[in-house]
Amino acid sequence: MSSLTKADMAERLYDELGLNKREAKDMVESFFDEIRESLAANEQVKLSGFGNFDLRDKRQRPGRNPKTGDEVPISARRVVTFRPGQKLKDRVDAYADTRSETA
Amino acid sequence: MTKSELIEHLIDRHPELSVKDVELAVKAMLDHMTESLANGDRIEIRGFGSFSLHFRAPRIGRNPKTGDSVSLTAKYVPHFKPGKELREQVNESIEQGL
Repeated sequence: MSSLTKADMAERLYDELGLNKREAKDMVESFFDEIRESLAANEQVKLSGFGNFDLRDKRQRPGRNPKTGDEVPISARRVVTFRPGQKLKDRVDAYADTRSETA
Repeated sequence: MTKSELIEHLIDRHPELSVKDVELAVKAMLDHMTESLANGDRIEIRGFGSFSLHFRAPRIGRNPKTGDSVSLTAKYVPHFKPGKELREQVNESIEQGL
């Protein structure tokens, strides 16, 4: 199983849109920076078809140090959750179908 | 932030590119990511996070209206795990009072 990286995405922009290598690399970089900046400003990101990046505030809860067993509180925190959009879910479902055919 | 707002921001950030190129680039990037997951591949974006597929075993579900049991087939669902940098930045926004 391979992994898609920023370099692969830049390569695609170079091949398909004719951006030069520098422009393609910068665009991919900016794309993820913008999403990250929005989330860091506590603003949800909605990319229709692909999915939504939501923010959830978690309250402090009791936890344990797994090594020592000591009780230590897990502080209140804000976390990112991703909810896939319908189009992405449908496309991934199609993958499950191809897997069951070959299984 | 919506997809069109994201495109606006990227247009401002990249005056060297035409509006059309930025629109096409955003579409191409999201299509590329969708395609990868649809092929069963992972996506790994350093500092941002990774996307992978999680397997859901087949199970017996129920129609909530009628109570009838229905068998649900195994499936894969996309999953996102935020990277360290994103996790930290988002968590720091609490302290900044956002």
